[in-house]
Amino acid sequence: MSLDEFFVTGDPLILASQIAIGLTMIGLIALITYLKRWKWLWNEWFTTVDHKKIGIMYILAGVLMFFRGGVDGLLMKAQTSRPELDILNAQHYDEIFTTHGVIMILFMAMPMLIGIMNVVIPLQIGARDVAFPKLNAFSFWTFFAGAMLFNLSFVIGGSPDAGWTSYFPLAGKEFTPGVGNNYYAVSLQIAGIGTLATGINFIVTIMKMRAPGLSWMKLPIFTWSTFITSIIIVAAFPILTIALLFMTLDRLFGTHFFTVAAGGDPMLWLNLFWLWGHPEVYIVVLPAFGMFSEVIATFSRKNLYGYKSMVFAVAGIAFLSMLVWVHHFYTMGNSAAVNSIFSLTTMMIAIPTGVKIFNWLFTMRKGRIEFSTAMLWSLAFIPCFTIGGVTGVMLAMAAADYQYHNTMFLVAHFHYVLIPGVVFAVFAALYYWWPKMFGFKLNEKIGKWHFWLFVIGFNMTFMPMFFVGLDGMSRRMYTYAESTGWGAWLGFSAVGSLVMAAGFAALCYNIYWSFRYASRNVGSDPWNARTLEWATASPAPHYNFAVVPQVEQLDDFWYKKKKGETGLKKKDLKPVHMPSNSWTPIVLAAAFGVVGFFLVFEWFTLAIVASIGIVIGLIANSFDYDDGYHIPVEELEKEEREWRGDLQ
Amino acid sequence: MTSHTTPLEYQSKQTQMNILGFWIFLGAEIVLFSTLFASYFVLEHNTASGPAGQDIFILKDVLIQTFILLTSSFTSGLAIHSMRNQDKRGLLIWMIVTLLLGAGFLYMEINEFIHYVHEGATIQTSGFTAALFTLLGTHGAHVTFGIIWISLLLVQLVRRGITVQTSSKLFIASLYWHFLDVVWIFIFTFVYLKGMVM
Repeated sequence: MSLDEFFVTGDPLILASQIAIGLTMIGLIALITYLKRWKWLWNEWFTTVDHKKIGIMYILAGVLMFFRGGVDGLLMKAQTSRPELDILNAQHYDEIFTTHGVIMILFMAMPMLIGIMNVVIPLQIGARDVAFPKLNAFSFWTFFAGAMLFNLSFVIGGSPDAGWTSYFPLAGKEFTPGVGNNYYAVSLQIAGIGTLATGINFIVTIMKMRAPGLSWMKLPIFTWSTFITSIIIVAAFPILTIALLFMTLDRLFGTHFFTVAAGGDPMLWLNLFWLWGHPEVYIVVLPAFGMFSEVIATFSRKNLYGYKSMVFAVAGIAFLSMLVWVHHFYTMGNSAAVNSIFSLTTMMIAIPTGVKIFNWLFTMRKGRIEFSTAMLWSLAFIPCFTIGGVTGVMLAMAAADYQYHNTMFLVAHFHYVLIPGVVFAVFAALYYWWPKMFGFKLNEKIGKWHFWLFVIGFNMTFMPMFFVGLDGMSRRMYTYAESTGWGAWLGFSAVGSLVMAAGFAALCYNIYWSFRYASRNVGSDPWNARTLEWATASPAPHYNFAVVPQVEQLDDFWYKKKKGETGLKKKDLKPVHMPSNSWTPIVLAAAFGVVGFFLVFEWFTLAIVASIGIVIGLIANSFDYDDGYHIPVEELEKEEREWRGDLQ
Repeated sequence: MTSHTTPLEYQSKQTQMNILGFWIFLGAEIVLFSTLFASYFVLEHNTASGPAGQDIFILKDVLIQTFILLTSSFTSGLAIHSMRNQDKRGLLIWMIVTLLLGAGFLYMEINEFIHYVHEGATIQTSGFTAALFTLLGTHGAHVTFGIIWISLLLVQLVRRGITVQTSSKLFIASLYWHFLDVVWIFIFTFVYLKGMVM
């Protein structure tokens, strides 16, 4: 392979990115060296096993990926803003819609949600960390290795270009030669290992590490939705593992799982992909539902309406999510009976989802609603998501689906589900839990700019897509003729995407502004909230709780506050056991990344040599009997006095 | 929780959680192998111009493999029984027997693969062979991983003796080993026996 095949050449946009990436890397390394921060980075972040720091790293990575995926989106909008434009050629457009989809789902939505779960869940159940802190760090670093490997593709070797769904036979070696789709198969596999580990970690954490008295039906609803989401992760991700394994074997070793020739079956890929892919939609949306529930209850100053029905609705959605995958390909040769069954199961999902919508509305009814930024996101979510849901029911009807299958109508539908359902939730959660992470609030005024720009921009961008879709525009078309009459709609949509981008810029500015100027004096419970994470200091100390709280009822902290029982007795303090930092997760994940890179280029000897690194990392990990350390009572007392004043 | 009737491996909160976490991991493994089985059933008859199952399977050898692996599951159970009795020597010996049986199984499986290739059934031949080799290979890779893993645990056992930590690790490894046995029973039934009669 010659050097100009290795680096992607011939496109000024990509050349500019290559230079920008190179300069940024050099700049970052120089800056960290200049500030003498390497040791600090290694000790405080790279080797940390603290769930809060891991969560913050997930969120940071998610914001970066949001930027990358967003730029992809803007490029697509620019290309289709007028008929017959030539900003991107067909090949480049294919690459960009592929990376946009993969990045937004797997490397933006997932880490954002998992990051917030990491920060909040142990605090919310009164635990000191997750069940397996080292495994948690491993989850993050494998996700990060996978994400970085995937992002490398567009400058080294070439992007994947067969869509985020990578349907066969198109995604096979025959029709997509080159290394682009190898990146897809390998990097998703590496990131998937981490996600599966996260699922197991949170199931055990929530089952085994709840504070005394915190029984199942007293769990905050966000904890419930994380628990059920984790179960779906464990049930669905192994399917992706196998699907990607088959894809890798087909592309790298010439097998015939999904080929048309020699007895392969391309439909097998579609089934496996969506057997994972549909539950994946709920993996990202259920935690988001939990976040909205917390925010809406807090800012309505009421307990959540219909708590039990909320729990059953989440469980019901999770169950049904496994039974609907065929609705992604009604038009691909199923019998009418099969389509009818999947049509029914799909429409049934609207029932528990409807229950949740009404529960949120009834929670607000007669509440004293406070229009904080977090609450605004939750309020905007309800109508926007309902549009997404109702158009989803339209798509669920198999006979009607033949009319708009794979049109822009579908694209508009899933953006109306995923952006209000996930992105709004992440924004609400960031504003809501920010003080718990950093000890200060994000600015509410800039937050309102962020909110209005993003929500208006979102509707401007995606509403027109429903209409061009119904008018027959297929998804993934890189250009269109003037005679179609779509120019005005899509031009308007492109303007909307710029407004949305301005909203994102407002968020970034808000983070910068708040880091520099926001008041550090917000107290432990700035929103007058209901759940346990607000019972400890902001930012939460590394041991979370000096004394693990005793829980009596749902929203226990809320009632304890009313009775003035949130103080800490000095005699209750005992030494706290904490896990030690570890270098194995980051080194192991780096080894996975290197092996992955060699596999992408089919350099098998190098891949085998590099996998020795994985073996050594695993052995080192197995022989590591470090049992952590204890924080002495004096230190706890000192830290607790800092924010509580005197102890009882 | 830590009464004398509680087995050693359950005597700390962390090892209890490790064992529960591993059970959940085995749940994920069930999904993984189910996907492999389902894909095998889809591709089973897509032999293209290559051989079918009846043409290449040697049931006698597979039966021997089955007995070897089932026996190894039994001996790993004996090992855990010795562990519960604080019998380090018994634990070590039965685990080594388990590993030797595992290695014997692997040796036969590799020979089986060589035989298939000689019969003109490579992993690239057809949809059927791709699914067959991947299903068997994934199981075989698990056995290989198990042998290396348990060997390392035995080194730790020799160094540290039977403690809460080492016993929980060996207990978890034995769960893994039994699981591979269960998967093999399905492979024997739904790949080999079904392949011979249908």
